[in-house]
Amino acid sequence: MSKLDSKIPEGSIEQKWSKYKSSVALVNPANKRSLEIIVVGSGLAGSSAAASLAEMGYKVKVFCFQDSPRRAHSIAAQGGINAAKNYQNDGDSTYRLFYDTIKGGDYRAREGNVHRLAEVSASIIDQCVAQGVPLAREYGGMLSNRSFGGTQVQRTFYAAGQTGQQLLLGAYSALERQIGLGAVEMYSRHEMLEVVTIEGKARGIIARDLITGKLERHFGHAVLLCTGGYGNVFYLSTNAMGSNVTAAWKAHKKGAFFGNPCYTQIHPTCIPVSGDHQSKLTLMSESLRNDGRIWVPKKQGDTRKPNEIPEEERDYYLERRYPAFGNLVPRDVASRAAKERCDAGYGVGASKMAVYLDYKAAIDRYGKTKAKTLGVDNPTPAQLREFGKQVVEEKYGNLFEMYEQITGENPYEVPMRIYPAVHYTMGGLWVDYNLMTTVPGMYALGEANFSDHGANRLGASALMQGLADGYFVIPYTIGAYLANEIRTKAIPTDHEAFVTAEKEVQSQIDKFFAIKGTKSVDHFHKRLGKIMWDKCGMARNEKGLKEAIQEIRALREEFWKDVRVTGEANEFNPELEKAGRVADFIELGELMCIDALNRNESCGGHFREEFQTEEGEANRDDVNYQYVAAWENKGNNSWELHKEELKFEAIKIAARSYK
Amino acid sequence: MSGNMKITLKVWRQRNTKTNGQLVTYQLNDISPDMSFLEMFDVLNEQLITKGEDPVAFDHDCREGICGMCSMFINGRPHGPKSKVTTCQLHMRSFKDGDTIVVEPWRAAAFPVIKDLTVDRTAFDRIIAKGGYISVNTGNAQDANNLPIPKPDADKSFEAAACIGCGACVATCKNSSAMLFVSAKISQLALLPQGQVERVARAKNMVAQMDAEGFGNCTNTGACEIECPKGISLENIARMNREFYVANLKE
Amino acid sequence: MSNTSKNFLQSSIGKKLVMGLTGLFLISFLLVHCFLNSFIFFNDGGLMFNIGATFMAKNWIIRAMEIVLFIGLIWHMVQALILTMENSKARPVKYAVNNASANTKWYSRSMGVLGSLLLLFLVVHLANFWVKSRFTGLPGEDANGNENLYAVMQETFHIGWIIAVYLGGCIALAYHLLHGFPSAFQTLGWNHPKYNRLILITGTLFSVIIPLIFAAMPVSMYFGWVN
Repeated sequence: MSKLDSKIPEGSIEQKWSKYKSSVALVNPANKRSLEIIVVGSGLAGSSAAASLAEMGYKVKVFCFQDSPRRAHSIAAQGGINAAKNYQNDGDSTYRLFYDTIKGGDYRAREGNVHRLAEVSASIIDQCVAQGVPLAREYGGMLSNRSFGGTQVQRTFYAAGQTGQQLLLGAYSALERQIGLGAVEMYSRHEMLEVVTIEGKARGIIARDLITGKLERHFGHAVLLCTGGYGNVFYLSTNAMGSNVTAAWKAHKKGAFFGNPCYTQIHPTCIPVSGDHQSKLTLMSESLRNDGRIWVPKKQGDTRKPNEIPEEERDYYLERRYPAFGNLVPRDVASRAAKERCDAGYGVGASKMAVYLDYKAAIDRYGKTKAKTLGVDNPTPAQLREFGKQVVEEKYGNLFEMYEQITGENPYEVPMRIYPAVHYTMGGLWVDYNLMTTVPGMYALGEANFSDHGANRLGASALMQGLADGYFVIPYTIGAYLANEIRTKAIPTDHEAFVTAEKEVQSQIDKFFAIKGTKSVDHFHKRLGKIMWDKCGMARNEKGLKEAIQEIRALREEFWKDVRVTGEANEFNPELEKAGRVADFIELGELMCIDALNRNESCGGHFREEFQTEEGEANRDDVNYQYVAAWENKGNNSWELHKEELKFEAIKIAARSYK
Repeated sequence: MSGNMKITLKVWRQRNTKTNGQLVTYQLNDISPDMSFLEMFDVLNEQLITKGEDPVAFDHDCREGICGMCSMFINGRPHGPKSKVTTCQLHMRSFKDGDTIVVEPWRAAAFPVIKDLTVDRTAFDRIIAKGGYISVNTGNAQDANNLPIPKPDADKSFEAAACIGCGACVATCKNSSAMLFVSAKISQLALLPQGQVERVARAKNMVAQMDAEGFGNCTNTGACEIECPKGISLENIARMNREFYVANLKE
Repeated sequence: MSNTSKNFLQSSIGKKLVMGLTGLFLISFLLVHCFLNSFIFFNDGGLMFNIGATFMAKNWIIRAMEIVLFIGLIWHMVQALILTMENSKARPVKYAVNNASANTKWYSRSMGVLGSLLLLFLVVHLANFWVKSRFTGLPGEDANGNENLYAVMQETFHIGWIIAVYLGGCIALAYHLLHGFPSAFQTLGWNHPKYNRLILITGTLFSVIIPLIFAAMPVSMYFGWVN
């Protein structure tokens, strides 16, 4: 029997969460005051959890590596947040959101968690609106919705193209309020570098003050890791430059199992790479697929300018292959379709690794509607175009500007060039229903955990999950653990476990400076990224993955022999920060390849070339792989696989079709 | 390498808060017009590391213009010569081959330099902690559509809320005033029905904290509005003034 | 309440309000001053003008307002001085390169300098007229038996360097007003898309017309268009 107990409550899917809530152990207010909780990361999950827990009376410490909690990368989410409100009267329900998420995740997510997510989704919107988050409204004053990939209802709430920003600022303001009230101690420009465990339980962290370089010890009865995903293992991704796996990886090495590391999401609509200097990729919101049409020329290697290619010589391949969902198929499907076309030689742009996202049809269509509303009879084509542009500008203006800024091309006149890019990681620390990892007292929330999105996340669901975990799940589930901790006094940080943990961190830092190699940290990061993208990216195969594992091992050795970390330990030193993060990415990269190699099937974001249908669709293997792969770190870069079987009781498992 | 622009950079180097700094000149060849401004700094740092020198420390994170972390004063303007973009969104095609570019950190007593181009902006957080919120504990909320908000109000509130807290307003203001930042938050909440309950206390407490942090006084030159990468309007400062007057009249 | 008032006046917005309100008060004075002085353009040998001047000198309400005016003026200046010092302290290390003209008008950035120039002008101006009218006495009376301030004007405005000082003062005033007028409204919180143009146009017209009228006085006397 596996070591994994997912602790899913008994009962029917609709009742699990409500029954759990009414039976979970509680901590009385007086005891909460003496219980300390450490929250690492200040994004949607971290800020919302810290604020909610502090409101309840716990003593909370929050850590983030940025200069302010408001900078966390949740801020960059553009499109929106899903919630089963059914405000549009289009047949949405908790069950449908649950169903869409499970299906979108290619039947590789845990039913209990996903249903809970769908249940609390509506409360998130209520909470955010009450906080003063200015979500988009209709003229009647009611909230507005738009549609997103992988669904047939309009359940996405948004604030222009800045939904993540607005939601994060809402959570941040709730957090700042608690800081002002003295209930939360904030440690910005601090990076967690080790977890401290005592008698098998998480009891604190070692953090580095990034300004002074001083190592600090912090005790907590529980530690919450809300540290986001690990997409930067690919070097080029839509993640922020600082996004890293270090906190989760240190936890993993201290006993937390890593779930489904190979599930990475490649977002179909990003601005293509322009050269070697590229440091990050910029996402064009999925909402653009609402109105834009994606195409490539029907002729291979067509060098004509896009506007010179006549309509009948264009291949709207998504509409052709998936008539039911068209341009709104889920991300993994859209990404693979783009790769397929480019690999087959139909790609566009200088690199030939791009497809067109065209707004001409939308501009024409909106132009006609606007002419009608303005009462302009017989508008000229120029007028129509102008009206259409105005509407498009109102809806997507900031995105279009961003595109023009980066590429130097005007997307109102020429189709945008897009290509898939690494965006999100569905894998993460394995957690049970309580969001607790395999280390008692250590939790993982938001993108840092693996639980809700299966093998592929639907658009506008990341914000939903981060806030669900922080506002509405952890405040209840943490009681199950802390109710038994009320007799544990705060452990002084001169305890041996803290001393040892700090020494480990210090020795790694010393090691970096001792190498005095010849190559920069970024050099190694770029090489790692290339291996990962080429061999563990959008499509994977056995041969490539085996090669990748060898290459990564060699890279790891070289890194520890030849990296050059400039500056000193006791000062503000971004190079040292990067070195630690890249060291962890290299180890993670190997595990991702091992996981991808183990999973002999294609599902969601994990596409193994050996396992596809004749039409090139993913071929899932429910008989052999309907499980969560949870990897236990055995030290020295070796891992043991534990399987959590996935049971589908509320949903009938089926082939995932968007045709 | 990928391009052929030659750029002369004059960069402010300062070891830490306590020491003095100075401008140091660097020569860069092979710069591509497709590079972002920060990617040019990556190239510079790569060169410095190869030579065993200390790379330039600068704040940056999302590199897509939303986190508000990047903060360079470029040729005398925050976030460089283009309007409505952050430094990370600025591309080298906005410069010419052979240009000399002077890069300095945000300069304000309230934003002490940490190292090189990195400054400490936690003063902004402390201002928000004094009232930049609506006191609603998790779980207290009513149904979101029970509170209709006229679209124009919601839109205006959103425009104010779009502030990314980068501090360009302070950096460019001849007085290092933080009024655009503070007024954006006060406006966002004052425009919404949810924000009415704490309106008086919010205006007084946030302004008091802003003053305590050592920001200068607003003289309505309007530089902040022009340099704000998110186009936050001066209208917000006028609204904050009104909020503050009313708050003082009431209490 | 008293505590609030003190805090209010010491707050950044309170100090700004003092600048705005005293500024608007001084603007209202300019209007009255300009109106009365333009009586010289009746070109009646100063009879009308001297009626006004005598009224201003003798009426006790006006005399009382004169004290208020000085208080307002001094408050405006002292507050400006305090603000300037505070603002300079808010940026201890200056920029090596600051392209301020890219985002602001030079006169908006130079209110302190323009104000100081105005103060210098004011010293000359007060010495020329006000000191004589109120303290050292005027040279006799006109045909109506009124004090002949007009004669002093005639005399003063035939000296070349004084004309230059007055023209300089008027230019400084114009630019000071060009920023100060709309700025006062912004400070009061009167910023509304519907009325901003109105404020800006009124402000610009005021800033140009009033100093022009003032400037016309010494010039027309110097060239003998008024005598």
